[in-house]
Amino acid sequence: MHDAMEGFSRHISQQFNHELEGIRTEMLAMGGIVERQVHDAITALTKNDIQLAEESKRLDQQTNQMELSIDDQCTKMIAIRQPTASDLRLIVSISRSVSDLERIGDEASRICKHAIDIYNSGENPKGYHEARHIGALVSGMINDVLTAFARRDLAMAYRVAKQDIRVDTEYRTAMRTLVTYMMEDPASISGVLNVMWVLRSLERIGDHARNLAEHLIYQVSGTDVRHQTLKSIKQTLRDDSPDDEDDLNPNSE
Amino acid sequence: MTPAKIEIENLSLTFADRQVLNQINLNIPANQVTALIGASGCGKSTLLKCINRLNDLKPQCDIDGAIRIDHEDIYQKSYDVTDLRRKVGMVFQVPNPFPTSIYENVVFGLKLLGVRKRHHLHEAAEKSLRQAALWDEVKDQLNQNALQLSGGQQQRLVIARALAVEPNILMLDEPASALDPISTLKIEELITELKQTYTILLVTHNMHQAARVSDFTAFLDQGRIMETGQTRDIFTNPRRKATEDYITGRYA
Repeated sequence: MHDAMEGFSRHISQQFNHELEGIRTEMLAMGGIVERQVHDAITALTKNDIQLAEESKRLDQQTNQMELSIDDQCTKMIAIRQPTASDLRLIVSISRSVSDLERIGDEASRICKHAIDIYNSGENPKGYHEARHIGALVSGMINDVLTAFARRDLAMAYRVAKQDIRVDTEYRTAMRTLVTYMMEDPASISGVLNVMWVLRSLERIGDHARNLAEHLIYQVSGTDVRHQTLKSIKQTLRDDSPDDEDDLNPNSE
Repeated sequence: MTPAKIEIENLSLTFADRQVLNQINLNIPANQVTALIGASGCGKSTLLKCINRLNDLKPQCDIDGAIRIDHEDIYQKSYDVTDLRRKVGMVFQVPNPFPTSIYENVVFGLKLLGVRKRHHLHEAAEKSLRQAALWDEVKDQLNQNALQLSGGQQQRLVIARALAVEPNILMLDEPASALDPISTLKIEELITELKQTYTILLVTHNMHQAARVSDFTAFLDQGRIMETGQTRDIFTNPRRKATEDYITGRYA
């Protein structure tokens, strides 16, 4: 049902139309806040801006509340409306998505906490270049996946899932580089460890962004593509473009 | 896939030039519950009645195509309609017990078929009432008038009456629409029990009832089969937009 975008307004029950449109809008709004949290966390770290780090952490309370509120609305709609087919998938995918968004927010807060720790220690550890690079990749993924949600664009969702493979590769490379830094200069270990935790959080954010893309694919196509390789997701989407290296990656689950 | 108990092939039906059923092709699997869903006037009940040949005597009714039960065409001239109706039990929307005792209601069909032995009738009455999950509630009042039972009990009594003649197909036309939620759940539970023994065909407007109790669903729209499939697929990911619109409550 790829043409169901206008579908939320076609129910005989106007109230149901409003409710569905409501959770969809709120989920996208929550996505916007989470996107900002991640962006601010990376900026706070790389620019040593602890005020921004504190502000970003405060946003986390807001996204926690939004998760509870949207999830509650989903539960109520399932109980009261007994949704079926695309309506049911929309509600289920939103309920799953807000959980991933909330956890992206948690990871952003963790990055802020490390930024504050690093600032307080007075150190200026190496590894910011890697953090900035991977940070830019995952920020782009969140931005793209939210756009994909707004447009119900599965090709875009697939590109986000694929981008996660690249993040994982970059993450492994960066970790090796950071280990080298620590071996070269043992005095830097505590500072670089903080950066390693940041990279770990960024990599997790990439995983959550991929989950979001998978929730959207389920919502629109009806196929649950979690724990599948990119190649098999591509088949689900009937995408017959030539495979590249990432498409064929056997570890792309 | 379980073998088909009922095969409907190119079935069309017109009432005074109005096309009610249009080229219906449908296989109804044995010992499963098949639900027919669709808006009012789409032909669900007419289709059900065709399987019992209840449309035969209607004036200006023209039926074309074939319905086979156990591979035998029920519309061929030599087919015994009385035997067909014994094989295919039917229960309607509003419970319709006869204004006699509970016992007489259940054994009515058997008596009509010429069964006279009392112990045979008693056994059959108890067996069918048990199958219809009514025995424990009525065993001490079998001589009471059936009309004094509650609506839910009356509906189960009517099911027991249908079961007494040992059919192999049970057709239920909106069996729970006039019942309260608890009675509805009992009927649904009963349907699930009965499918071990019978092939069940259920017509319902209650989509969630179809979703709860049926294994297969066929969606009818304006006399045509729009989509058939496993119930779990139809209700989570229907293939056709018309089905999607109907089950999600959208304007078509």
